[in-house]
Amino acid sequence: MSGEAQTSWLGRLNIDSLSIWRAIENPSVSEFVGAGAALVAIFGGIGALVLITWLRAWGTLWRDWLTSTDHKKIGVMYCVLALVMLLRGVIEGVVMRTQQAFGMGGGFLAPEHFSELFSTHGTIMIFFVAMPFIIGITNYVMPLQLGARDMSFPVLNQISLALTATGAALVMISLVLGEFATGGWTNYPPYTGKDFQPGPGPDYWIWAIVLSGLGTTLTGINFAVTLYKERAPGMTLFRMPIFCWTVLCASIVMIFALPPLTLAALMLAADRYLDFHFFTNDLGGNMMNYVNLFWLFGHPEVYLLVIPAYGVFSEVVPTFSGKRLYGYNSMVYATMAIAVLSFCVWLHHFFTMGQSANVNIAFGIASMAIAVPTGVKIYNWVATMYRARIRMTVPMIYATGFFFLFTIGGLTGVMLANPVISYQVHNTLFLVAHFHNVLIPGVLFGIFAGYHFWFPKVFGFRLEERWGKRAACLWVVGFCFTFLPLYALGLMGMPRRSVMWDDPAFQPFMWLALVGALTILSAVTALGIQLWVSVRNRAATACPLGDPWNGRTLEWSIPSPPPPYNFAQVPQVRTRDDFTDAKATGRAYQPLSAYEDIEMPRNTAIGMIVLIGSTLLGLALIFWIWWLAIVSVGVMLTALIGRTFWLNTTYTIPAEEIARDHQAWLAEVHAAQRITRAEETQAANRGRAALELPQGVSV
Amino acid sequence: MTQPNAKLHPGLNLGHHHGEAHNQAETVVFGFWVFLMSDLILFGLTFASYITLANNMGMASGPTPADIIDLVNVFAQTVLLLVSSLTFGVASLTMRHKMPAKVTIAWLGLSLVLGLAFLGLAALDFLNMANQGAVPSRSGYLSGLWSLVGLHAVHVTAGCFWIMIMIAQIAVLGLHPIVKSRVLRLGLFWHFLDIVWIGIFSIVYLGGLL
Amino acid sequence: MMQIRCLFSTLTLFVVLSPAFAQTRDSFLQPAGPIADAQRTELLQILGWTMIAIIPVFLLVPLILWHYRYRNTSARYTPEWDRSRMLEVLMWGVPVIIVCILSAQLVRTTHDLDPYRPIASDTPELRVQVIGLDWKWLFIYPDHNIATVNALTIPVDTPVAFELTTDTVMQSFLISSLAGQIYTMPGMQTQLHVIATETGTFQGENTQFNGIGFTDQKFDTTVLSNSDFSAWLAQVQAADLSLTEERYATLAAPSTGAQAKAALASTSGPDGVVYFASVPDGMFESVLHRYMHGNEIPASAQPGTAAYQPNALEEPDQ
Repeated sequence: MSGEAQTSWLGRLNIDSLSIWRAIENPSVSEFVGAGAALVAIFGGIGALVLITWLRAWGTLWRDWLTSTDHKKIGVMYCVLALVMLLRGVIEGVVMRTQQAFGMGGGFLAPEHFSELFSTHGTIMIFFVAMPFIIGITNYVMPLQLGARDMSFPVLNQISLALTATGAALVMISLVLGEFATGGWTNYPPYTGKDFQPGPGPDYWIWAIVLSGLGTTLTGINFAVTLYKERAPGMTLFRMPIFCWTVLCASIVMIFALPPLTLAALMLAADRYLDFHFFTNDLGGNMMNYVNLFWLFGHPEVYLLVIPAYGVFSEVVPTFSGKRLYGYNSMVYATMAIAVLSFCVWLHHFFTMGQSANVNIAFGIASMAIAVPTGVKIYNWVATMYRARIRMTVPMIYATGFFFLFTIGGLTGVMLANPVISYQVHNTLFLVAHFHNVLIPGVLFGIFAGYHFWFPKVFGFRLEERWGKRAACLWVVGFCFTFLPLYALGLMGMPRRSVMWDDPAFQPFMWLALVGALTILSAVTALGIQLWVSVRNRAATACPLGDPWNGRTLEWSIPSPPPPYNFAQVPQVRTRDDFTDAKATGRAYQPLSAYEDIEMPRNTAIGMIVLIGSTLLGLALIFWIWWLAIVSVGVMLTALIGRTFWLNTTYTIPAEEIARDHQAWLAEVHAAQRITRAEETQAANRGRAALELPQGVSV
Repeated sequence: MTQPNAKLHPGLNLGHHHGEAHNQAETVVFGFWVFLMSDLILFGLTFASYITLANNMGMASGPTPADIIDLVNVFAQTVLLLVSSLTFGVASLTMRHKMPAKVTIAWLGLSLVLGLAFLGLAALDFLNMANQGAVPSRSGYLSGLWSLVGLHAVHVTAGCFWIMIMIAQIAVLGLHPIVKSRVLRLGLFWHFLDIVWIGIFSIVYLGGLL
Repeated sequence: MMQIRCLFSTLTLFVVLSPAFAQTRDSFLQPAGPIADAQRTELLQILGWTMIAIIPVFLLVPLILWHYRYRNTSARYTPEWDRSRMLEVLMWGVPVIIVCILSAQLVRTTHDLDPYRPIASDTPELRVQVIGLDWKWLFIYPDHNIATVNALTIPVDTPVAFELTTDTVMQSFLISSLAGQIYTMPGMQTQLHVIATETGTFQGENTQFNGIGFTDQKFDTTVLSNSDFSAWLAQVQAADLSLTEERYATLAAPSTGAQAKAALASTSGPDGVVYFASVPDGMFESVLHRYMHGNEIPASAQPGTAAYQPNALEEPDQ
């Protein structure tokens, strides 16, 4: 730590920290790309503020969203955050593909910029796209599926969102101030230690990960407790929708797998800030500890993401097949098996670190074993579609893409689980292709399927179908073009994270991958257009009655969008797929004999205090502004402790209001036309489904 | 649905004679158990890191356990923490049996004093180590030791603050149901730190001297 | 069995043909030794076995999607059907059997191809010590008292035993046509055993990102006949420079092979390659033990850092 940097009240923050200033001082294409990104971030931020002011939406935003403790609102905010970050992540991916396409012996990006790009791309896509998207969908859907009024800990839920947003904000700020880490999303020391990277880059990574990781751990606790304690009467564990089972598995992974990451990042911080020797080259440090801790988190993390995506497919496939999920119990056991096994395989990320063959064998076999329950799940979905009546809607296109592509990902996963092959393809583009092959068709397609599936529940109107189909097909095609060539490049020996290369045989594959990346970019554009068109035509696709897809679980038994209290009366659950049973037996849409007052959590600003406080804390730590760190911690602690003295944290919704809304909705439902699945995507579909039974069967 | 004497959550329950407070505690106390499990993973991995660093390579020719461990001090710390756990247990019981709030505050106060005394001795221990040059920047082993013992000390500090807040809340709000459930959770936290300390005492101190 | 063989050979053809127009041999799909060859075979065998589980998905999904489409009202529709014992046994059983078969194979090959396992041969093995530097490789031939930068030359049909470490951040050493990679880590030694069964030039590289010069950290592995290898040894022994502590300190600074060659003013060997006619005794061990002395090593004495000063490394650190 230089004495000079210590003297300023802004720590080590100075004019050279501004990426735009660096571009002015030292103009080059590479610097301009960086400065351009900074300008987009700044103007995007300012633009959002201006737009909100122009729409006079500050009051609504504050009251209905930012201070809300409603799990539905929080879920939507998670998804918005993820969509914004997805945009940045995809653009970064396209820039990297373009660089590599022109990368034979050069290209237009400087190596240090390229390394920043792959580091932010990975960090953003995992921590600030996939995680918040999955958590957001879960936040919205899971309490509805359980028949609950809210999460067990609504305020904690808000704080978790604030901490996740803090991490994302820090990564965005790194575009403007200083620079991000260059050590990849894994951030391995000693490369990221203070001797080798004295700048603020790795610190951005550390604090973005520690703060958002804390939020995710708390989310995991919240999910698990909600699942155990908030289920509607009659909903035994084995009557839960399968999505809830997958969330239970994912929350267990969050609770147990995030601490190793937090610890690894904090130990790295101790090395960098306090001169500890955990991972340094000298004085007894051992970087192998970091690698173990990181992957002790990193592998379960992948399953944390993909297991809820399996859950989404397990809801989508039966619904659009008009049929029960095949092998519910099998599915539950397979999910649990995957969650447990995911903790026993972390070493396969470094078969090449020199441990004995026996250790590698044990972890190799454990890794291959995961293929068994995963395979069972795929077969279960296929069997679900057998003897069904399948509608090829947008979620089903994603599901079909998932079946084909994820199977390929599973195949290459079995290859990578074998130490003998890992020795060759580890650290190459084969590996990059594999994890994109699992994360895009697995997680991202699952997220998009869920987005289309539950969007009408959230906003009361369906997404436009044609643009949705275009986007889905572009995603599938774009994925194939982008990542299948990377398998070939990896087998041909191209290391990952290469800014350039020199083997002319790589060129055709590089072109293919670029075409794919541009296709993915157009897929994202199509999603944007679809959202625009859908919002504009929302009157034609409205389905306020709540059941546009002939749904099977409780969330479809209430209006769209649902009232703040979700259920006018907590439902009595009699069976699995309870709403389907209710519709068949005439239990659905019955008037209630009596209504009761409902107590709901009040709004609170604590989440916003945590968001601002922890963002400032992160910046203060990154730039060594110690006074600011102390102030922000002080303010946050005072607010959090002060709040505990405040007992008046709920408000009551009177029974009359609930009765009025519920009866009005019921009247509309009974007056509405019952829609067969043939008219599912037409304007007639207002959310009341007709029963369609096999020929010769009647109720 | 539940039996009159059934426990709603593991550990000390308030019991049915507390009415709503007893039922409301179910979810939050369960949630806190889950949090403790997560925290235990954090400690477990800190232990694991310490163990991988507590060898000749990790000590990097620097101070060894025999050079720096003051077993008398550590034993005193252990006694203080264990006794504070006992006094906290008494505090919980006074609350369960609906004794006057003053009594509960007194026992909580005693636990706080013992906790602070523990922290004082721990600080003394750290100071002594630093005076011998056994600072964390000296070796990987010392980094592991300081972070493991330090992580526990940070938890105890947080626990002490929490006790102070609870004393203030009992004084201001009385034994409101939510306050009672907070005391229950604080109790879990305080006993949990005891268990972790037993691990530190056995592995870091006794194990180090072996 | 015959059919499986057929399948394998077709797959081999497919996989080998795709990179067939590669000019340099930088992939284990074109192996130059038994280890890479076995790795390629393993890859193809996994591909074959897993097809048993995968092909049904690829066939059934489109068939079912088409036959059971909503508008096909003549197809059977059983909305309540959700279990079948026979299917259950097949769904769990077949993948379990495949994984068991692959596991048995994995146990055998992982032992056989363990990089730490010396290769049995009548020919005495050649020892090579490898030090990873930012962004080049230093090869020391302790039995011949020579060293090179970015030039690994080995005799054909001779087992080669590598001992590897790095004097900077972690790197990963890979010569794909010969064998798999192994990490190199500061203060730690890893091992790798290879044997080449044909002469030629094969690319070697670092696969672990270590900074802006990462993509330049590649080298040619030249496999020569025994007589050519002796001639090559003589050529290096006649090189203009010897490796000294001072030259090592210059070499260790972050630079590519070509930059290092210029900094050392070396004239022997091809572009980007430096030959050293002699090496101080215990060079590799001294690098390995430098991090184990128990003294703090300031950034200025750690090659690879921005603050590195070659003269800081020359000072005796005892």
